Amino acid sequence: MIRVEHLTKNYGPRVAVADVTFDVDKGEVLGFLGPNGAGKTTTMRILTGYLPPSGGRAEVAGFDVATHSLQARANIGYLPETVPLYPDMSVRSYLDFMGKIKDIKDRRRQVDRAMEKARIAHRAADQIGKLSKGLRQRVGLAQALLGDPPVLILDEPTSGLDPRQIIETRNLIKSLGGEHTVVLSTHILPEVAATCSRIVIISNGRVVAEDTPENLDRRLKGAESIAVTVRGPREQVKTALKGVPRVLSVETEGGADGRPANGLASFTVQSEVGADIRESLAKAIVNGGFGLMELRPAHLSLEEIFLQLTTTDAPADGVAV
Amino acid sequence: MKNVWAVAQRELRSYFLSPLAYVVIALFLALSGYLFALILANGRQASLQGLVQNVSVLYLFIVPAISMRLLAEEQRTGTIELLLTNPVQEWEIVTGKFLASVLLVMVMLGLTLLFPLFLYVFGSPDTGPIITGYLGILLQAAAFLSVGLWASSLTQNQIVAAIIAFALLLILWLSDNLGQFLGGTVGSIVSYTSVINHFQSFPQGVIQTNDVIYYVTLIVAGIVLSTLSLQSRRYR
Repeated sequence: MIRVEHLTKNYGPRVAVADVTFDVDKGEVLGFLGPNGAGKTTTMRILTGYLPPSGGRAEVAGFDVATHSLQARANIGYLPETVPLYPDMSVRSYLDFMGKIKDIKDRRRQVDRAMEKARIAHRAADQIGKLSKGLRQRVGLAQALLGDPPVLILDEPTSGLDPRQIIETRNLIKSLGGEHTVVLSTHILPEVAATCSRIVIISNGRVVAEDTPENLDRRLKGAESIAVTVRGPREQVKTALKGVPRVLSVETEGGADGRPANGLASFTVQSEVGADIRESLAKAIVNGGFGLMELRPAHLSLEEIFLQLTTTDAPADGVAV
Repeated sequence: MKNVWAVAQRELRSYFLSPLAYVVIALFLALSGYLFALILANGRQASLQGLVQNVSVLYLFIVPAISMRLLAEEQRTGTIELLLTNPVQEWEIVTGKFLASVLLVMVMLGLTLLFPLFLYVFGSPDTGPIITGYLGILLQAAAFLSVGLWASSLTQNQIVAAIIAFALLLILWLSDNLGQFLGGTVGSIVSYTSVINHFQSFPQGVIQTNDVIYYVTLIVAGIVLSTLSLQSRRYR
Protein backbone atom coordinates (compact mmCIF):
# COMPACT_ATOMS: atom_id res chain seq x y z
CA MET A 1 0.00 0.00 0.00
CA ILE A 2 2.88 2.31 0.79
CA ARG A 3 6.25 1.88 -0.84
CA VAL A 4 9.20 4.04 0.04
CA GLU A 5 12.43 3.57 -1.90
CA HIS A 6 15.72 5.26 -1.11
CA LEU A 7 13.93 8.37 0.00
CA THR A 8 16.18 11.36 0.62
CA LYS A 9 15.40 14.90 1.67
CA ASN A 10 17.82 17.76 2.13
CA TYR A 11 17.04 21.14 3.57
CA GLY A 12 19.88 23.03 1.97
CA PRO A 13 23.05 21.35 3.21
CA ARG A 14 21.25 19.61 6.08
CA VAL A 15 20.18 16.04 5.40
CA ALA A 16 16.85 15.34 7.09
CA VAL A 17 16.11 11.94 5.55
CA ALA A 18 18.79 9.75 4.03
CA ASP A 19 18.07 6.70 1.90
CA VAL A 20 14.99 5.53 3.76
CA THR A 21 13.37 2.39 2.36
CA PHE A 22 10.37 0.52 3.71
CA ASP A 23 7.06 -1.02 2.66
CA VAL A 24 3.73 -1.10 4.38
CA ASP A 25 1.24 -3.79 3.40
CA LYS A 26 -2.48 -3.31 3.25
CA GLY A 27 -4.09 -3.43 6.68
CA GLU A 28 -0.81 -3.15 8.52
CA VAL A 29 -0.14 -0.73 11.39
CA LEU A 30 3.43 0.49 11.08
CA GLY A 31 5.14 2.30 13.92
CA PHE A 32 7.58 4.93 12.86
CA LEU A 33 9.85 5.37 15.80
CA GLY A 34 12.67 7.75 16.43
CA PRO A 35 13.93 10.52 18.65
CA ASN A 36 12.75 14.06 18.03
CA GLY A 37 14.39 15.45 14.92
CA ALA A 38 15.11 12.04 13.40
CA GLY A 39 13.19 12.75 10.21
CA LYS A 40 9.79 11.25 11.02
CA THR A 41 7.74 14.33 10.22
CA THR A 42 9.73 15.05 7.08
CA THR A 43 9.11 11.51 5.82
CA MET A 44 5.40 11.87 6.52
CA ARG A 45 5.26 15.23 4.80
CA ILE A 46 6.78 13.65 1.72
CA LEU A 47 4.29 10.78 1.83
CA THR A 48 1.40 13.23 2.04
CA GLY A 49 2.71 15.31 -0.85
CA TYR A 50 3.41 18.41 1.22
CA LEU A 51 7.13 18.31 0.46
CA PRO A 52 8.82 16.84 -2.61
CA PRO A 53 11.63 14.31 -2.04
CA SER A 54 15.17 15.34 -2.96
CA GLY A 55 15.86 11.79 -4.10
CA GLY A 56 14.28 8.37 -4.27
CA ARG A 57 10.58 7.82 -4.60
CA ALA A 58 7.50 7.08 -2.57
CA GLU A 59 4.24 5.52 -3.62
CA VAL A 60 0.91 5.58 -1.82
CA ALA A 61 -1.96 3.38 -3.01
CA GLY A 62 -0.12 2.90 -6.29
CA PHE A 63 0.38 6.60 -6.98
CA ASP A 64 3.78 8.26 -6.97
CA VAL A 65 3.56 11.09 -4.44
CA ALA A 66 5.71 13.38 -6.58
CA THR A 67 4.17 12.87 -10.02
CA HIS A 68 0.59 11.91 -9.11
CA SER A 69 0.33 13.93 -5.95
CA LEU A 70 -3.39 14.72 -6.11
CA GLN A 71 -4.42 11.08 -6.62
CA ALA A 72 -2.09 9.94 -3.84
CA ARG A 73 -3.43 12.61 -1.48
CA ALA A 74 -7.00 11.55 -2.23
CA ASN A 75 -6.18 8.18 -0.64
CA ILE A 76 -4.63 9.56 2.54
CA GLY A 77 -6.05 10.75 5.81
CA TYR A 78 -3.36 12.78 7.55
CA LEU A 79 -3.07 14.04 11.10
CA PRO A 80 -0.11 16.44 11.29
CA GLU A 81 1.90 16.83 14.47
CA THR A 82 0.38 20.18 15.41
CA VAL A 83 -3.27 19.51 14.78
CA PRO A 84 -4.34 22.04 12.18
CA LEU A 85 -7.76 23.42 13.08
CA TYR A 86 -9.71 26.58 12.47
CA PRO A 87 -10.45 27.69 16.05
CA ASP A 88 -13.38 29.92 15.11
CA MET A 89 -15.37 27.11 13.47
CA SER A 90 -17.62 24.56 15.10
CA VAL A 91 -16.56 20.93 14.99
CA ARG A 92 -19.26 20.07 12.50
CA SER A 93 -18.69 22.98 10.13
CA TYR A 94 -14.94 22.28 10.21
CA LEU A 95 -15.47 18.65 9.26
CA ASP A 96 -18.04 19.66 6.68
CA PHE A 97 -15.49 22.00 5.09
CA MET A 98 -12.88 19.21 5.08
CA GLY A 99 -15.47 16.95 3.49
CA LYS A 100 -15.94 19.43 0.67
CA ILE A 101 -12.20 19.67 0.15
CA LYS A 102 -11.91 15.88 0.15
CA ASP A 103 -14.83 15.72 -2.29
CA ILE A 104 -16.80 13.29 -0.17
CA LYS A 105 -20.19 12.14 -1.34
CA ASP A 106 -22.97 11.86 1.23
CA ARG A 107 -21.08 14.36 3.34
CA ARG A 108 -23.45 14.70 6.26
CA ARG A 109 -23.47 11.01 7.04
CA GLN A 110 -19.72 10.63 6.59
CA VAL A 111 -19.10 13.55 8.96
CA ASP A 112 -21.37 11.89 11.52
CA ARG A 113 -19.50 8.61 11.13
CA ALA A 114 -16.09 10.20 11.53
CA MET A 115 -17.23 12.07 14.65
CA GLU A 116 -18.64 8.84 16.01
CA LYS A 117 -15.38 6.98 15.45
CA ALA A 118 -13.26 9.70 17.01
CA ARG A 119 -15.75 10.05 19.89
CA ILE A 120 -16.33 13.76 19.38
CA ALA A 121 -19.99 13.59 18.27
CA HIS A 122 -21.22 14.95 21.60
CA ARG A 123 -19.36 18.22 20.97
CA ALA A 124 -20.34 18.64 17.31
CA ALA A 125 -21.83 22.11 17.78
CA ASP A 126 -19.01 23.48 19.95
CA GLN A 127 -16.46 25.99 18.75
CA ILE A 128 -13.10 24.27 18.24
CA GLY A 129 -11.16 27.05 19.96
CA LYS A 130 -12.97 26.31 23.19
CA LEU A 131 -12.21 22.58 23.25
CA SER A 132 -9.51 21.03 25.42
CA LYS A 133 -6.30 19.71 23.90
CA GLY A 134 -7.53 16.13 24.01
CA LEU A 135 -10.79 16.97 22.30
CA ARG A 136 -8.99 18.96 19.61
CA GLN A 137 -6.81 15.95 18.96
CA ARG A 138 -9.98 13.95 18.43
CA VAL A 139 -11.30 16.53 15.99
CA GLY A 140 -8.01 16.21 14.09
CA LEU A 141 -8.39 12.45 14.12
CA ALA A 142 -11.99 12.72 12.90
CA GLN A 143 -10.70 14.87 10.06
CA ALA A 144 -8.14 12.19 9.13
CA LEU A 145 -10.77 9.44 9.28
CA LEU A 146 -13.29 11.42 7.24
CA GLY A 147 -14.39 9.52 4.16
CA ASP A 148 -12.60 6.31 5.18
CA PRO A 149 -9.31 6.85 3.34
CA PRO A 150 -7.43 3.58 2.73
CA VAL A 151 -4.21 5.04 4.14
CA LEU A 152 -3.89 6.86 7.45
CA ILE A 153 -0.78 8.81 8.35
CA LEU A 154 -0.74 9.96 11.96
CA ASP A 155 2.09 12.12 13.24
CA GLU A 156 2.35 11.63 17.01
CA PRO A 157 -1.38 11.02 17.48
CA THR A 158 -1.20 10.76 21.27
CA SER A 159 1.00 13.73 22.10
CA GLY A 160 -0.52 15.98 24.70
CA LEU A 161 -3.21 13.54 25.78
CA ASP A 162 -3.83 12.33 29.31
CA PRO A 163 -3.15 8.65 30.11
CA ARG A 164 -6.76 7.58 29.66
CA GLN A 165 -7.10 9.34 26.35
CA ILE A 166 -3.81 7.79 25.23
CA ILE A 167 -5.18 4.32 25.88
CA GLU A 168 -8.43 5.15 24.09
CA THR A 169 -6.59 6.53 21.11
CA ARG A 170 -4.29 3.52 20.95
CA ASN A 171 -7.26 1.19 20.99
CA LEU A 172 -8.88 3.21 18.25
CA ILE A 173 -5.75 3.05 16.12
CA LYS A 174 -5.43 -0.67 16.73
CA SER A 175 -9.02 -1.16 15.58
CA LEU A 176 -8.26 0.77 12.39
CA GLY A 177 -5.68 -1.78 11.30
CA GLY A 178 -6.97 -4.40 8.93
CA GLU A 179 -9.40 -2.06 7.28
CA HIS A 180 -6.95 0.82 6.91
CA THR A 181 -3.22 0.91 6.35
CA VAL A 182 -1.79 2.99 9.16
CA VAL A 183 1.56 4.67 9.62
CA LEU A 184 1.98 6.31 12.98
CA SER A 185 5.00 8.13 14.27
CA THR A 186 5.99 8.50 17.86
CA HIS A 187 8.95 8.82 20.14
CA ILE A 188 7.10 7.04 22.91
CA LEU A 189 8.03 3.38 23.00
CA PRO A 190 5.17 1.61 24.73
CA GLU A 191 2.99 3.16 22.06
CA VAL A 192 4.42 1.10 19.23
CA ALA A 193 4.57 -2.02 21.34
CA ALA A 194 0.87 -1.54 22.12
CA THR A 195 -0.44 -0.67 18.69
CA CYS A 196 1.87 -1.65 15.87
CA SER A 197 2.41 -4.88 14.00
CA ARG A 198 5.73 -3.65 12.67
CA ILE A 199 8.29 -1.06 13.69
CA VAL A 200 10.68 1.04 11.69
CA ILE A 201 13.22 2.78 13.87
CA ILE A 202 14.74 5.86 12.36
CA SER A 203 17.65 7.85 13.70
CA ASN A 204 19.29 10.84 12.11
CA GLY A 205 17.34 10.33 8.92
CA ARG A 206 18.36 6.69 8.52
CA VAL A 207 16.48 3.47 9.16
CA VAL A 208 18.40 1.63 11.87
CA ALA A 209 16.01 -1.27 12.41
CA GLU A 210 12.84 -2.70 10.94
CA ASP A 211 10.96 -5.66 12.45
CA THR A 212 8.03 -6.76 14.56
CA PRO A 213 8.15 -5.65 18.20
CA GLU A 214 8.70 -9.27 19.33
CA ASN A 215 11.55 -9.90 16.91
CA LEU A 216 13.27 -6.68 17.79
CA ASP A 217 13.02 -7.73 21.38
CA ARG A 218 14.52 -11.13 20.69
CA ARG A 219 17.12 -9.96 18.25
CA LEU A 220 18.72 -7.62 20.69
CA LYS A 221 18.65 -9.84 23.69
CA GLY A 222 20.78 -12.88 22.92
CA ALA A 223 21.17 -13.54 26.65
CA GLU A 224 18.99 -13.87 29.72
CA SER A 225 19.43 -11.19 32.28
CA ILE A 226 18.46 -11.08 35.92
CA ALA A 227 18.26 -8.05 38.15
CA VAL A 228 19.58 -8.58 41.67
CA THR A 229 19.58 -6.24 44.67
CA VAL A 230 21.67 -7.27 47.64
CA ARG A 231 22.57 -5.79 51.02
CA GLY A 232 26.31 -6.05 51.36
CA PRO A 233 29.63 -4.67 50.15
CA ARG A 234 29.39 -4.07 46.41
CA GLU A 235 32.70 -5.63 45.28
CA GLN A 236 32.43 -8.74 47.43
CA VAL A 237 28.92 -9.42 46.23
CA LYS A 238 30.01 -8.95 42.66
CA THR A 239 32.79 -11.51 43.07
CA ALA A 240 30.39 -13.96 44.66
CA LEU A 241 27.88 -13.57 41.82
CA LYS A 242 30.60 -14.03 39.21
CA GLY A 243 31.45 -17.35 40.84
CA VAL A 244 28.04 -18.83 40.05
CA PRO A 245 28.20 -21.30 37.14
CA ARG A 246 26.84 -20.25 33.69
CA VAL A 247 27.04 -16.57 34.55
CA LEU A 248 28.44 -14.58 31.61
CA SER A 249 28.78 -11.16 33.16
CA VAL A 250 27.81 -9.11 36.17
CA GLU A 251 27.22 -5.40 35.82
CA THR A 252 26.88 -2.98 38.68
CA GLU A 253 23.74 -0.94 38.37
CA GLY A 254 23.03 2.47 39.75
CA GLY A 255 22.10 5.08 37.25
CA ALA A 256 20.23 8.26 37.88
CA ASP A 257 17.03 6.33 38.46
CA GLY A 258 16.67 3.65 41.08
CA ARG A 259 19.99 4.17 42.83
CA PRO A 260 19.80 1.81 45.76
CA ALA A 261 19.64 3.08 49.31
CA ASN A 262 22.61 2.87 51.68
CA GLY A 263 24.15 -0.55 52.03
CA LEU A 264 22.32 -1.94 49.00
CA ALA A 265 23.90 -2.84 45.68
CA SER A 266 22.12 -3.63 42.45
CA PHE A 267 23.44 -5.78 39.64
CA THR A 268 22.37 -7.08 36.28
CA VAL A 269 23.53 -10.64 35.80
CA GLN A 270 23.73 -12.02 32.26
CA SER A 271 23.61 -15.76 31.88
CA GLU A 272 23.69 -18.25 29.03
CA VAL A 273 20.48 -18.46 27.05
CA GLY A 274 18.05 -21.02 28.39
CA ALA A 275 19.69 -21.29 31.78
CA ASP A 276 17.61 -20.44 34.83
CA ILE A 277 20.21 -19.60 37.42
CA ARG A 278 17.98 -17.78 39.87
CA GLU A 279 18.20 -20.53 42.45
CA SER A 280 21.96 -20.81 42.35
CA LEU A 281 22.27 -17.03 42.51
CA ALA A 282 20.11 -16.91 45.63
CA LYS A 283 22.15 -19.71 47.20
CA ALA A 284 25.44 -17.93 46.46
CA ILE A 285 24.18 -14.71 48.01
CA VAL A 286 22.87 -16.37 51.17
CA ASN A 287 25.98 -18.51 51.55
CA GLY A 288 28.14 -15.39 51.25
CA GLY A 289 26.29 -13.92 54.23
CA PHE A 290 24.68 -11.09 52.23
CA GLY A 291 21.05 -10.06 52.40
CA LEU A 292 19.00 -10.84 49.31
CA MET A 293 16.58 -8.00 48.75
CA GLU A 294 15.36 -8.54 45.21
CA LEU A 295 15.83 -11.03 42.41
CA ARG A 296 13.85 -10.89 39.16
CA PRO A 297 14.22 -11.62 35.47
CA ALA A 298 15.01 -8.39 33.59
CA HIS A 299 13.78 -7.89 30.06
CA LEU A 300 15.56 -5.63 27.74
CA SER A 301 12.65 -3.34 27.05
CA LEU A 302 12.00 -1.72 23.71
CA GLU A 303 13.16 1.43 25.40
CA GLU A 304 16.62 -0.01 25.87
CA ILE A 305 16.69 -1.35 22.34
CA PHE A 306 15.70 2.06 21.10
CA LEU A 307 18.41 3.79 23.08
CA GLN A 308 20.93 1.19 22.00
CA LEU A 309 20.04 1.60 18.33
CA THR A 310 19.82 5.33 18.28
CA THR A 311 22.92 6.03 20.31
CA THR A 312 25.47 3.33 19.43
CA ASP A 313 26.64 4.78 16.13
CA ALA A 314 26.64 8.19 17.72
CA PRO A 315 26.11 10.78 15.00
CA ALA A 316 28.62 13.55 14.58
CA ASP A 317 26.09 16.31 15.06
CA GLY A 318 24.57 14.52 18.04
CA VAL A 319 20.78 14.41 18.12
CA ALA A 320 19.51 14.51 21.67
CA VAL A 321 17.81 11.26 22.64
CA MET B 1 -13.49 25.35 -9.03
CA LYS B 2 -15.39 23.48 -6.32
CA ASN B 3 -12.39 23.81 -3.98
CA VAL B 4 -12.04 27.51 -4.76
CA TRP B 5 -15.61 28.06 -3.67
CA ALA B 6 -15.22 25.89 -0.56
CA VAL B 7 -12.17 27.89 0.52
CA ALA B 8 -13.90 31.20 -0.26
CA GLN B 9 -17.01 30.25 1.70
CA ARG B 10 -14.99 29.19 4.72
CA GLU B 11 -12.92 32.35 4.62
CA LEU B 12 -15.95 34.59 4.29
CA ARG B 13 -17.64 32.90 7.22
CA SER B 14 -14.47 33.27 9.22
CA TYR B 15 -14.40 37.01 8.43
CA PHE B 16 -17.82 37.47 9.92
CA LEU B 17 -17.09 35.24 12.92
CA SER B 18 -14.29 37.56 13.95
CA PRO B 19 -14.76 41.20 14.90
CA LEU B 20 -12.37 42.24 12.12
CA ALA B 21 -14.96 42.42 9.35
CA TYR B 22 -17.32 44.53 11.44
CA VAL B 23 -14.62 46.90 12.61
CA VAL B 24 -13.26 47.41 9.10
CA ILE B 25 -16.70 47.89 7.57
CA ALA B 26 -17.80 50.27 10.32
CA LEU B 27 -14.62 52.30 9.95
CA PHE B 28 -14.96 52.44 6.20
CA LEU B 29 -18.62 53.47 6.36
CA ALA B 30 -17.92 56.17 8.94
CA LEU B 31 -15.01 57.65 6.99
CA SER B 32 -16.64 57.46 3.59
CA GLY B 33 -19.88 58.88 5.03
CA TYR B 34 -17.91 61.75 6.48
CA LEU B 35 -16.18 62.40 3.15
CA PHE B 36 -19.49 62.12 1.28
CA ALA B 37 -21.19 64.64 3.54
CA LEU B 38 -18.25 67.03 3.47
CA ILE B 39 -17.88 66.95 -0.30
CA LEU B 40 -21.63 67.28 -0.81
CA ALA B 41 -21.87 70.24 1.56
CA ASN B 42 -19.01 72.01 -0.17
CA GLY B 43 -19.77 71.22 -3.81
CA ARG B 44 -23.58 71.05 -3.71
CA GLN B 45 -23.51 68.68 -6.70
CA ALA B 46 -25.61 65.53 -6.93
CA SER B 47 -22.64 63.33 -7.90
CA LEU B 48 -20.35 60.74 -6.34
CA GLN B 49 -17.32 61.94 -8.25
CA GLY B 50 -15.59 63.53 -5.29
CA LEU B 51 -16.17 60.56 -3.03
CA VAL B 52 -15.04 57.94 -5.53
CA GLN B 53 -11.80 59.81 -6.08
CA ASN B 54 -11.10 59.80 -2.36
CA VAL B 55 -12.04 56.21 -1.55
CA SER B 56 -8.66 55.21 -2.89
CA VAL B 57 -7.00 56.84 0.11
CA LEU B 58 -9.22 54.90 2.49
CA TYR B 59 -8.24 51.67 0.71
CA LEU B 60 -4.64 52.35 1.61
CA PHE B 61 -5.54 51.58 5.22
CA ILE B 62 -8.57 49.35 4.88
CA VAL B 63 -7.23 46.83 2.36
CA PRO B 64 -4.15 45.71 4.36
CA ALA B 65 -6.46 45.14 7.33
CA ILE B 66 -8.67 42.88 5.23
CA SER B 67 -5.90 41.00 3.44
CA MET B 68 -3.33 40.58 6.21
CA ARG B 69 -4.68 37.36 7.69
CA LEU B 70 -5.62 35.59 4.46
CA LEU B 71 -2.53 33.40 4.03
CA ALA B 72 -0.37 34.49 6.97
CA GLU B 73 -2.76 32.97 9.48
CA GLU B 74 -2.99 29.63 7.64
CA GLN B 75 0.78 29.44 7.55
CA ARG B 76 1.10 30.30 11.24
CA THR B 77 -1.41 27.73 12.47
CA GLY B 78 -0.34 25.03 10.02
CA THR B 79 -3.75 24.70 8.40
CA ILE B 80 -2.05 25.35 5.10
CA GLU B 81 -0.40 21.93 5.52
CA LEU B 82 -3.83 20.44 6.10
CA LEU B 83 -5.19 21.95 2.89
CA LEU B 84 -2.17 21.06 0.79
CA THR B 85 -2.09 17.44 1.93
CA ASN B 86 -5.63 17.06 0.66
CA PRO B 87 -6.47 17.04 -3.03
CA VAL B 88 -6.29 20.85 -3.25
CA GLN B 89 -3.88 22.91 -5.28
CA GLU B 90 -2.12 26.11 -4.30
CA TRP B 91 -3.90 28.26 -6.89
CA GLU B 92 -7.28 27.05 -5.66
CA ILE B 93 -6.52 28.19 -2.12
CA VAL B 94 -5.15 31.53 -3.31
CA THR B 95 -8.08 32.19 -5.63
CA GLY B 96 -10.60 31.20 -2.96
CA LYS B 97 -9.01 33.57 -0.49
CA PHE B 98 -8.96 36.37 -3.02
CA LEU B 99 -12.60 35.76 -3.87
CA ALA B 100 -13.61 35.87 -0.19
CA SER B 101 -11.87 39.20 0.37
CA VAL B 102 -13.48 40.67 -2.76
CA LEU B 103 -16.89 39.49 -1.59
CA LEU B 104 -16.28 41.18 1.76
CA VAL B 105 -15.46 44.43 -0.02
CA MET B 106 -18.59 44.03 -2.12
CA VAL B 107 -20.64 43.82 1.06
CA MET B 108 -18.84 46.89 2.34
CA LEU B 109 -19.41 48.86 -0.87
CA GLY B 110 -22.98 47.59 -1.04
CA LEU B 111 -23.68 49.34 2.24
CA THR B 112 -22.45 52.64 0.80
CA LEU B 113 -25.23 52.49 -1.82
CA LEU B 114 -27.08 54.52 0.77
CA PHE B 115 -25.13 57.58 -0.44
CA PRO B 116 -26.38 57.55 -4.05
CA LEU B 117 -29.81 56.75 -2.68
CA PHE B 118 -29.70 60.08 -0.84
CA LEU B 119 -28.71 61.78 -4.07
CA TYR B 120 -31.72 60.28 -5.85
CA VAL B 121 -34.05 61.30 -3.04
CA PHE B 122 -32.89 64.89 -2.86
CA GLY B 123 -31.66 65.51 -6.38
CA SER B 124 -31.32 64.02 -9.84
CA PRO B 125 -27.82 62.61 -10.31
CA ASP B 126 -26.43 61.14 -13.52
CA THR B 127 -26.81 57.35 -13.24
CA GLY B 128 -24.01 56.42 -15.68
CA PRO B 129 -21.09 57.92 -13.75
CA ILE B 130 -22.38 56.40 -10.51
CA ILE B 131 -22.36 52.91 -11.99
CA THR B 132 -18.93 53.29 -13.61
CA GLY B 133 -17.68 54.95 -10.43
CA TYR B 134 -18.65 51.91 -8.38
CA LEU B 135 -17.13 49.60 -10.99
CA GLY B 136 -13.92 51.60 -10.69
CA ILE B 137 -13.65 51.40 -6.92
CA LEU B 138 -14.52 47.69 -6.96
CA LEU B 139 -11.82 46.96 -9.53
CA GLN B 140 -9.38 49.00 -7.55
CA ALA B 141 -10.24 47.18 -4.34
CA ALA B 142 -9.76 43.83 -6.07
CA ALA B 143 -6.35 44.92 -7.38
CA PHE B 144 -5.25 46.17 -3.97
CA LEU B 145 -6.53 43.02 -2.26
CA SER B 146 -4.53 40.91 -4.67
CA VAL B 147 -1.39 42.85 -3.73
CA GLY B 148 -2.31 42.44 -0.05
CA LEU B 149 -2.83 38.71 -0.58
CA TRP B 150 0.68 38.38 -1.92
CA ALA B 151 2.04 40.30 1.08
CA SER B 152 0.14 37.88 3.30
CA SER B 153 1.68 34.87 1.55
CA LEU B 154 5.19 36.07 2.38
CA THR B 155 4.99 35.83 6.15
CA GLN B 156 3.35 34.02 9.05
CA ASN B 157 2.82 37.27 10.89
CA GLN B 158 -0.34 39.25 10.18
CA ILE B 159 1.12 42.57 11.29
CA VAL B 160 4.12 42.13 9.01
CA ALA B 161 1.73 41.20 6.19
CA ALA B 162 -0.26 44.37 6.77
CA ILE B 163 2.84 46.55 6.80
CA ILE B 164 4.19 45.00 3.60
CA ALA B 165 0.80 45.48 1.93
CA PHE B 166 0.63 49.08 3.07
CA ALA B 167 4.14 49.77 1.78
CA LEU B 168 3.39 48.18 -1.60
CA LEU B 169 0.17 50.13 -1.98
CA LEU B 170 1.94 53.33 -1.00
CA ILE B 171 4.52 52.69 -3.70
CA LEU B 172 1.68 52.25 -6.21
CA TRP B 173 0.46 55.66 -5.11
CA LEU B 174 3.75 57.49 -5.13
CA SER B 175 5.28 56.05 -8.28
CA ASP B 176 3.57 58.84 -10.22
CA ASN B 177 5.78 61.41 -8.53
CA LEU B 178 8.88 59.43 -9.47
CA GLY B 179 7.62 59.18 -13.05
CA GLN B 180 7.13 62.91 -13.29
CA PHE B 181 10.59 63.49 -11.87
CA LEU B 182 12.22 61.10 -14.34
CA GLY B 183 10.27 62.35 -17.35
CA GLY B 184 10.52 60.93 -20.90
CA THR B 185 9.57 57.36 -21.83
CA VAL B 186 10.90 55.83 -18.63
CA GLY B 187 9.02 58.42 -16.65
CA SER B 188 5.73 57.69 -18.37
CA ILE B 189 6.17 53.95 -17.83
CA VAL B 190 6.81 54.52 -14.13
CA SER B 191 3.82 56.86 -14.00
CA TYR B 192 1.64 54.20 -15.61
CA THR B 193 2.28 51.91 -12.61
CA SER B 194 0.75 54.51 -10.32
CA VAL B 195 -2.82 53.95 -9.31
CA ILE B 196 -3.36 57.72 -9.30
CA ASN B 197 -3.52 57.66 -13.08
CA HIS B 198 -6.15 54.94 -13.21
CA PHE B 199 -9.11 56.00 -11.11
CA GLN B 200 -9.85 59.44 -12.53
CA SER B 201 -11.99 58.54 -15.52
CA PHE B 202 -14.36 55.98 -13.93
CA PRO B 203 -16.36 58.54 -11.88
CA GLN B 204 -16.67 60.65 -15.05
CA GLY B 205 -18.55 57.81 -16.68
CA VAL B 206 -15.66 56.68 -18.85
CA ILE B 207 -14.25 53.14 -18.76
CA GLN B 208 -10.80 53.22 -20.29
CA THR B 209 -9.30 49.96 -21.51
CA ASN B 210 -5.87 50.88 -20.24
CA ASP B 211 -7.26 51.40 -16.72
CA VAL B 212 -9.04 48.04 -16.79
CA ILE B 213 -5.89 46.33 -18.06
CA TYR B 214 -3.92 47.97 -15.24
CA TYR B 215 -6.22 46.59 -12.54
CA VAL B 216 -6.61 43.15 -14.10
CA THR B 217 -2.82 42.93 -14.40
CA LEU B 218 -2.43 43.68 -10.69
CA ILE B 219 -5.09 41.08 -9.81
CA VAL B 220 -3.48 38.35 -11.91
CA ALA B 221 0.02 39.24 -10.72
CA GLY B 222 -1.04 39.07 -7.08
CA ILE B 223 -2.68 35.68 -7.51
CA VAL B 224 0.21 34.21 -9.48
CA LEU B 225 2.84 35.53 -7.07
CA SER B 226 0.89 34.24 -4.05
CA THR B 227 0.62 30.82 -5.67
CA LEU B 228 4.36 30.77 -6.35
CA SER B 229 5.01 31.88 -2.82
CA LEU B 230 2.99 28.95 -1.43
CA GLN B 231 4.78 26.58 -3.79
CA SER B 232 8.18 27.88 -2.74
CA ARG B 233 8.14 25.62 0.34
CA ARG B 234 9.02 22.86 -2.12
CA TYR B 235 12.36 24.42 -2.99
CA ARG B 236 13.51 25.34 0.47
